[in-house]
Amino acid sequence: MQLNFLTAHKLKKMLEKREVCASDIAASIQESCEKLQPKINAYINFDKSILQKQAEEIECYIAAGGKLHDFTAIPVAVKDNICTHGIKTTCASKILADYVPVYDATVIKKLQEHKYVLAGKANMDEFAMGSSNENSAFGPVKNPLDLQMVPGGSSGGPAAAVCAGMAICALGSDTGGSIRQPASLCGIVGLKPTYGLVSRYGLISFASSLDQVGPITRDVTDSANLLSAISGWDQCDSTSINTGKVSYKDFLVDDIKGLNIGVPKQLMAEGVDSQVADSVNNALEMAQHLGANIEQISLPSLEYALSVFYVIAPSEASSNLSKFDGVRYGYRNMQASTLHQMYRQTRAQGFGPEVKRRIMIGTYCLSSGYYDAYYEKAQRVRTLIINDFKKAFEKYDVLISPTSPTTAFKIGEKTGDPLSMYLSDICTIPVNLAGLPAISIPCGLSSENLPIGLQIIAGTLREDLIFKTAYSLEKAIGFNKFPLHLYE
Amino acid sequence: MKIISLEQASHVAKLAELELSSDELDKITSQLDDILGHVAKINEADTEGVRPTSHTLDTNNVLREDTVKDSLSQEDALKNAPQQSGGGFLVPKID
Repeated sequence: MQLNFLTAHKLKKMLEKREVCASDIAASIQESCEKLQPKINAYINFDKSILQKQAEEIECYIAAGGKLHDFTAIPVAVKDNICTHGIKTTCASKILADYVPVYDATVIKKLQEHKYVLAGKANMDEFAMGSSNENSAFGPVKNPLDLQMVPGGSSGGPAAAVCAGMAICALGSDTGGSIRQPASLCGIVGLKPTYGLVSRYGLISFASSLDQVGPITRDVTDSANLLSAISGWDQCDSTSINTGKVSYKDFLVDDIKGLNIGVPKQLMAEGVDSQVADSVNNALEMAQHLGANIEQISLPSLEYALSVFYVIAPSEASSNLSKFDGVRYGYRNMQASTLHQMYRQTRAQGFGPEVKRRIMIGTYCLSSGYYDAYYEKAQRVRTLIINDFKKAFEKYDVLISPTSPTTAFKIGEKTGDPLSMYLSDICTIPVNLAGLPAISIPCGLSSENLPIGLQIIAGTLREDLIFKTAYSLEKAIGFNKFPLHLYE
Repeated sequence: MKIISLEQASHVAKLAELELSSDELDKITSQLDDILGHVAKINEADTEGVRPTSHTLDTNNVLREDTVKDSLSQEDALKNAPQQSGGGFLVPKID
């Protein structure tokens, strides 16, 4: 097996035994990126000289007796809405095409303490708005397992990079499913942590009450280790919570005997492809064999989740994106002769169609006379959703559902109809509304050989239960699929 | 019945500081109408006496000492400015 298809924990062992060095790993990633970037477009910014330079610095660090952390010398793809000091951060938007942050996001600083390697800035849907990675100003990303298909979104670039061996692991962001859905469509592992567990400082915001940074990895062990690396209280993020230092690796226990699993019928309803449902049901049977108790349950308010989301997320986005006005950073229309003309033309030319659509929805929902009927009403229904989950977690340890109602769909299939695209996130959105942690792990393949993912949801800050369940199921399912055909 | 008219959509675009061509406005108005039609489902939920969510976790205010620290320098703050002059952001005349 090539180095670029190994996990970070396996590479760490090899580094410890001096079987590989940082430059070997970087070279293997570089080779795959040079070969596959033209086909897959996983990166917006990939610079081999930066990659090599980092690897050389880390060799010196290790040679000088520096400690090997979990992500020392590991090339990580970083979604291009996470600020990297001195390195372009575009949010896949024309409006930020030349933006060079003057500071690092907290998650980047934390990985720097590990002496990680930045593999490159990964492609995404513009401002993280989308479920197929077709909304990027830098072109769509292709699914490495089938180049006719979307990789999912909005973290399509990070997921495709990990799937294709163009990075060992990745950081994405998840507002309504943007880590879990692409992980599911690319056959890898994606975790959305509890809201507030990972600092959002330096994450260019989309919907502040829903956004969360999280790991995209090849297995559950890397997911736990990457979460340990990036989580923690941050004084730069007022919504950050202080849990003290947690080593999530400690929860990787292969034992779900007696675990109570609820299966919400609202997330297994119509619209879920029968192959997806069968695959998830098979995994549930395995869980039962391992000693878990499975019960169908009902969370009635989940039927409102998509509607609540498409009021709250665009509302917050319209407010957050008002700062892109051509004054302090980003693109400016230079022809405009007055300030307001400049604002309007800058934004008209800088934002793509989906971003404009969401700004319009959000502005409408927050406008005078409509606020109570839309935004405030949605926040009340959100409370009902939170309460339904709370009640479920009094009885069940975790909830399991499909991650995405379908496997990867064809590029162009849903671009004409925004509503059908929004439905791709029907199973993941409720989790963000309630601020809960959830993971997507691969659970099988469709008859077209496309991966199917299952979602494990736990209560607030119960990542321990997520890792225990995911680790046990990963062992039982034994899934790994690499797009080796691309290397032939 | 239409939820949002062309005139309303045009007003919203103004509020959002977005210049839309008439084709764009036509298309976005009908898409908005579809989406708002779908989200109207929230009105079916009984929220009598239910408080709106302000934060998903039960958090409290966090206070800290107000100490003087370094922040972004003026030079750094201006680094991405499309136009600058005399240490400030330069903009077209205010209409």
